[in-house]
Amino acid sequence: MFDPAIILAGVLNGLLAGGVYVLVAVGLTLIYGVLHIINFAHGSLLMLAMYAVFFLWRLLGVDPYVALPVVIAGAFVFGYLLYRGVIGRLSHGRDENILLITLGLSIVIDNLALLFFGGDTQTIDVSYGPDLQLGVAFLPVPKVVSFAASLLICAALGLYMARSDTGKAIRAVARERQGARLAGIDVPNIFAISYGIGIACLGAAACLLMPTYYVTPVSGHAFVLVAFTIVVLGGMGSFLGAAVGGLLIGVVESLGGLFLGEQLGQIGISAIFILILLLKPTGLFGGAR
Amino acid sequence: MATSRKHPVSRRGFMAGTTALAAGTLGFPAIGGAQAATVKVGLIHPVTGFVAYNGQQGRLGATMAIEDVNKAGGIKAMGGARLEALLGDSQSKVEVGVSEVEKMNGAGVAAYIGCFQSPVGIAASQAASKYGTPFLIDVGASDQLVTRGLKNTFRLMPGFGVSVEQGISSLGALNNAANGVAKSAVIVHESGEFGTGTAKLLASKLPSIGISVKEVIGHDNPTRNFDNIALRIRSMAPDLVMMSNYQNEYMLLARTLHQQKVNLAGFFSILGGGFNYKFVKEMPDVAQYMMDVNHWFNPKSAKAQALKKRVEAGGALFTFEVYLAYSTVMLLAQSLEHAGSADKEKLTAAIAGSTFNAELMPYRETRFVNGQNQGARPAVLQALKGDIQVIGPEDVASAKAVFPRPKFT
Amino acid sequence: MNRAAVLAMIALAAAIVLPLLVPGYLVNVGMLVFFLAFIGQSWNLSGGFAGQTSFGHVVFFGTGAYTSTILHVTYGWNPWLAWPVAMAAGGLVGWIIAFLSFRAGLRGSYFALITLAFAEVFRILANSVPFTKGGLGMLIKAEPGAANFQFRDPVWFYYVALALCVVSLLIAWRLTQSRFGARLVAIRENEDAARALGIDVFAEKVKVLVLSGAMAAAGGTFYAQKYLYVDPNIAFGVDKSVEMLLVAMVGGAGTIFGPLMGAATLTAINEGTRWLASVVPALKNVQPLSLIVYGAMLILIVGRLPDGLASLFARRRRHA
Repeated sequence: MFDPAIILAGVLNGLLAGGVYVLVAVGLTLIYGVLHIINFAHGSLLMLAMYAVFFLWRLLGVDPYVALPVVIAGAFVFGYLLYRGVIGRLSHGRDENILLITLGLSIVIDNLALLFFGGDTQTIDVSYGPDLQLGVAFLPVPKVVSFAASLLICAALGLYMARSDTGKAIRAVARERQGARLAGIDVPNIFAISYGIGIACLGAAACLLMPTYYVTPVSGHAFVLVAFTIVVLGGMGSFLGAAVGGLLIGVVESLGGLFLGEQLGQIGISAIFILILLLKPTGLFGGAR
Repeated sequence: MATSRKHPVSRRGFMAGTTALAAGTLGFPAIGGAQAATVKVGLIHPVTGFVAYNGQQGRLGATMAIEDVNKAGGIKAMGGARLEALLGDSQSKVEVGVSEVEKMNGAGVAAYIGCFQSPVGIAASQAASKYGTPFLIDVGASDQLVTRGLKNTFRLMPGFGVSVEQGISSLGALNNAANGVAKSAVIVHESGEFGTGTAKLLASKLPSIGISVKEVIGHDNPTRNFDNIALRIRSMAPDLVMMSNYQNEYMLLARTLHQQKVNLAGFFSILGGGFNYKFVKEMPDVAQYMMDVNHWFNPKSAKAQALKKRVEAGGALFTFEVYLAYSTVMLLAQSLEHAGSADKEKLTAAIAGSTFNAELMPYRETRFVNGQNQGARPAVLQALKGDIQVIGPEDVASAKAVFPRPKFT
Repeated sequence: MNRAAVLAMIALAAAIVLPLLVPGYLVNVGMLVFFLAFIGQSWNLSGGFAGQTSFGHVVFFGTGAYTSTILHVTYGWNPWLAWPVAMAAGGLVGWIIAFLSFRAGLRGSYFALITLAFAEVFRILANSVPFTKGGLGMLIKAEPGAANFQFRDPVWFYYVALALCVVSLLIAWRLTQSRFGARLVAIRENEDAARALGIDVFAEKVKVLVLSGAMAAAGGTFYAQKYLYVDPNIAFGVDKSVEMLLVAMVGGAGTIFGPLMGAATLTAINEGTRWLASVVPALKNVQPLSLIVYGAMLILIVGRLPDGLASLFARRRRHA
């Protein structure tokens, strides 16, 4: 196990896993950065997106990667409407209440999924050819594709946030709500758009996860604690932070599992979480808050 | 602070609403006005939450059996009394399961059946024992269920102790027949009650058939990916990989190892959660040659085959929760016949002395010792050509085992 | 005596007499309500009064459950004697988490998330260390009898839970009357201003977390003795954290009766929807509906009563 080839393979595995974590975290960090809410419904919405990918494949034969634009667009619309129609309306602008509402939403969504899709596990079986072999490491093709796609999407999103008008408006609202309002920005709309983009990221993550994972009414939650850790590690509201943090956490999880055993290795993630919070709460790239 | 002159919910309305709900929960009202006496059977399964699928399957099997008993004329020794199912959801929580026990007790249940998850089963059967009501475990792997000295708790299916014994003996025989090709194993288990217990026992017994344990790897539920476990397995190059976990993790690891073309003499799981028709039909290449020691129906039983057809015709899978729950209800029904009444003491004694013929299962004659059916045994299964065959015990086998498995080319 | 106190006395009398009037199932539900109100109040002390929202409060609960269980099962201690030790352990964990987190200046969401992480760490450790028996969990031998903190008649658990709830209400009430409580509220409303006023913010926050931790740990021991089984998921799973937070916030964070009202309401909804799903013939196969309704009601309550249920009873002085 201390053979350098194994460690390298572990690092590679970690990077690939981290790639998808990044997407989940990016959505969360955007929602937190702009709306200052911890979106408890994140795992449930990821699960819904994964079912969407599954049904597109099962009923229409659409390959999950081909489905990316459709699922991303659909997820954006769903998130936007969810915010506009439910969350924004019922929260009366109070952060603690948004928390409870997203919690209630996650219960409703999880059980709606259980009711309509049943509790059994669904998988997609698409073969993309044999694993790529790099020394001792076996890299499944879908994981490599997902990794690349994830980073591309993040980069694209980052560019959008930096260059486009909406992106600038979002960043303005994130930094200074009142000021943005006074400058004429339609803040409620920006909130909804931000939430929508956050959920769109989940849509992308779903497409990239389904080839190698599975979906059940509760399968989204497994990624949320990790996502929280990444968001904090990278700095709440920082895209670059989410990207770097995601990859870092992926590698830590992987190496932790190798050295400490899978069970104890999971402690690595929580331990990092705690250390970052104690030593540098704003995270690697977080600005002053 | 937000101020509002009128509250959208009036205080009175709110009080009225909650009081009504509370009053309404005083018990289960009689539905449909049954004329003859009914015997109430409390079913407690986790039909929502993480293991909702398993819970729903258990409920399905139990309710089908109750329907069948009633169709056949009910409990004849009680004047044709019908069985009435009281449906409970444990929501995978101990306190909710116990709450259901209390609620059903208030409704006058004669017996309970449940709970899939051992912690819930432990607490629920403990609660039921206060009332002396028999508690039949349809599914629950932990041996702690039947070693507490509770007179009311019975389990028809084998615990993981017996399953490990069966596994060891079958594996030993297979290995001998293959000239001892398997010399080492890696055990992978889920970190909860059943996985940890099974793995510990297995690790202690493998040396007795000449197999050394290279490592015991525990993992969480759920686990996001198995790449590293696969990496470690590959680097240790064991002859066998032995799993005890739930279906998703079982399927993920099997698929990962298959994709990485890891050569093994065999996959031999004990109570492998994913070993079922869905897995075998959806991933035949992955499943091919995998072996499992698990709860299984007797393939030579005509009744079992007929039930399988019925369940599948209804769109469900014939998983072990279904036929174990079905068999447990049948055990209860027969015991009611022998007791001639739903009196708790008589019924408990009837179950304790039961020689119930578990027709659907490959069991020997029923005999309860401390609540555990000594005649219970798991079957040894192998996935062959997109189907599941029983390769042991010999008297119920439907095919011969293929061991060791051919190497990847 | 003012009106509220009289009402409270009447309610208490009713609660004491209740088991004589209602079936055992409702007594059990009552026990669950009081238990939930108790641990919810522990969250309320630090999260409601002091404004330090925590997502990982179960860490204290589990510490208590395991401490007393290990002392009882492994070392043969009497559970009643182990109880105060469990509370002390909870308080100690509260002190450690508070010390580390507040020294590092964590506030708001950051503090909430670190408590979540601590709970996860404890859960993973409990799964891995031998003295908790790991994933196998710990079984407490059933020896019914008051001397063993197990009761032949379950009604006594109801009374213990009721007593705990009353104690928690008194503690909360004392808080509203004391300077300590006033300092906590000041910290909640504006931490920097409180510091400027000369309040030792750090010390006060640590104090409340110690108190809160001890209380939640007491709940853990109670739970272990009632259900006689503890495992890492039961002790440190995120569900209990959510329940504690939920009953306090839905009931009204920072109010005395908030957790009790939240506990009563949410328990009633849960029991009611589950009961409906099991008896209405059309709903027999749609059990998830019960939870859908539960979630929907949660959303509605929070949406309609942003200050929690307690606001229904708050004195309205604002308008002429």
